[in-house]
Amino acid sequence: MALLDIKDLRVQFRTNDGVVNAVNGITLSLERGGALGIVGESGSGKSQLAFAVMGLLAKNGRATGSVSFDGQEILNAPPSVINRVRANKIGMIFQDPMTSLNSYMRVSDQMMEVLLHHKGMSKDQAAKECVRMLDAVKIPDAAGRFRLYPHEFSGGMRQRVMIAMALLCKPDLLIADEPTTALDVTVQAQIMQLLGDLRHDFGMATILITHDLGVVAGFCDEVMVMYGGQVMEKSPVDPVFAAPSHPYTRGLLHALPRVDQEGEELASIPGTPPNMMRAPKGCPFAPRCEFEIDRCTVALDPLTEFAPGRFRACNRPVEELA
Amino acid sequence: MTIPLLKVEDLRVTFQISREGDMPWTKPLQLHAVGGVSFELMPGETLGIVGESGCGKSTLARAIIQMVPATGRAVWEDGVDLLSLSSREMLKYRSDIQMVFQDPLASLNPRMTVGQIIAEPLTTHHPGLSKDEVKLRVKAMMDKVGLLPNQINRYPHEFSGGQCQRIGIARALIVEPKLLICDEPVSALDVSIQAQVINLLMKLQRELGLAMIFIAHDLSVVKHISDRVMVLYLGRTMEVATSGDLYSAPQHPYTQALLSAVPIPDPAAERAKRMIPLEGDLPSPLRPPSGCVFRTRCPRAEARCAADAPRLNPGDHQVACHFPGPLAEFRKAMEEA
Repeated sequence: MALLDIKDLRVQFRTNDGVVNAVNGITLSLERGGALGIVGESGSGKSQLAFAVMGLLAKNGRATGSVSFDGQEILNAPPSVINRVRANKIGMIFQDPMTSLNSYMRVSDQMMEVLLHHKGMSKDQAAKECVRMLDAVKIPDAAGRFRLYPHEFSGGMRQRVMIAMALLCKPDLLIADEPTTALDVTVQAQIMQLLGDLRHDFGMATILITHDLGVVAGFCDEVMVMYGGQVMEKSPVDPVFAAPSHPYTRGLLHALPRVDQEGEELASIPGTPPNMMRAPKGCPFAPRCEFEIDRCTVALDPLTEFAPGRFRACNRPVEELA
Repeated sequence: MTIPLLKVEDLRVTFQISREGDMPWTKPLQLHAVGGVSFELMPGETLGIVGESGCGKSTLARAIIQMVPATGRAVWEDGVDLLSLSSREMLKYRSDIQMVFQDPLASLNPRMTVGQIIAEPLTTHHPGLSKDEVKLRVKAMMDKVGLLPNQINRYPHEFSGGQCQRIGIARALIVEPKLLICDEPVSALDVSIQAQVINLLMKLQRELGLAMIFIAHDLSVVKHISDRVMVLYLGRTMEVATSGDLYSAPQHPYTQALLSAVPIPDPAAERAKRMIPLEGDLPSPLRPPSGCVFRTRCPRAEARCAADAPRLNPGDHQVACHFPGPLAEFRKAMEEA
């Protein structure tokens, strides 16, 4: 049985201007210990997908479909159920460590809270465990810094604190939403290496949400490319980069300047991302797609397997995208 | 020999930091944001400036146009030192040097229409122009940067991030500057939009013969757009070379570490890559290390590095390091030892 099984997940937001369809029918499953990368630009629905799984949607948001974790349905589950899963089984780290840490609480208090509430540890035990975890995420002089406030840490260190906090209960699944976007490349490299080591040491499954294809290439086994709240392509990592099967993935890869290659003119994708206010009809990428045919504005073929383990949603067969 | 468009010599920016609880007579701490940077910029050339956050790259650019006070010299092509000018005298040069900022929406006045925003530098620097002439030029410029001229009466919030950045570029170019300073112009944009803006900047540069100072933390973007690249660390220059040389044969251990940390969108290459770990965090700029500022995190550091600060060697490929050299040689020496 898969660790996480998501079926036809949809997320809508009611706003004063109308209904925003953020996620439009996502189906995916993740095995124990697997690493899935979710790639997409802003507004693709990748973060809302994670928030829906964690039951963290904003008040005006509504999720439908099914999310089963370890055989248990957790979508729209009552707080008593979801709280137990959230702390013990699924950890989450967010993009901006400064806004997700409480700046009025010492790091020690914030971290120990988790263990005191969920594991019923004594204060001494909890403190010891927290320091051990800060050591594991390579914070120098962890014991000395344990009682500092978040603002006394650098950006990279704060992200380490967040990671340590998410790992305290040894979750089976870690959801990392743009964990390194706010950080410098050297710090990003340190954090991604750390996440990789921890993944192997703890055997936890990871969902890495990012817009950076380079980070996905180094970290994930599988990648899912989202656009306009839908999955465009889902595949093991290597073939996506070698031979992307979807016009959007292909566009993304060609639009990236590369540090390891001589660049010619970048192939940009014309136009702008879709307005999610209008209910999607056909393929969301159609207005920007160079392979668009008449049918694309009306309907989109469902995600189908075209090679072992590789899925794509496109009205044109792979061979025609030359 | 062509005269450099801009010649910066020993530019320093120092901020006075007073701490909470200091007595009024306590001497404030000195923060050297930029500690003596020199470079030359030829007409039509693009100089990329890279470095981690806090390395002084934005401060350096702002110092050139007197947005922050600085010492040293910044000599314009006509021999005038920009840093010595009063703000009235500087006005004359401001139409020659324009800037594009990072956050496209925040750098546009939300209560002005696109037409007003783009026209403002023009009416400031050329007050004699007739209204029709201004409108004509604004529309021509909008067309040039890929905006529809019939959007002239819209407000910034009606545009996407990429389009706002085009407005910012149009505003900068309307006065026909010789130098465009871009401070992280694409880092707030999505990948597909980022490529559009980079292509636009490169196209306009070719057409207008602009020189550019392009500041970014994304090394791949800088490589793509720059002729030469300067690497900064704690306000000091570590290495300057042509884009090709710097990326294919970096000599400074910091450049090498920085480049090895860039993720490559190719799983096989990314797995095969050997990263050079940089231990620890950036030191506080309030208390920079003695000698070479990079020595506390440098794998090659020796006693000499703490004693005296290395200077940039003259030549085309400039390195400020006591033990420069290709990475392979250093690794070989380490393995033998």
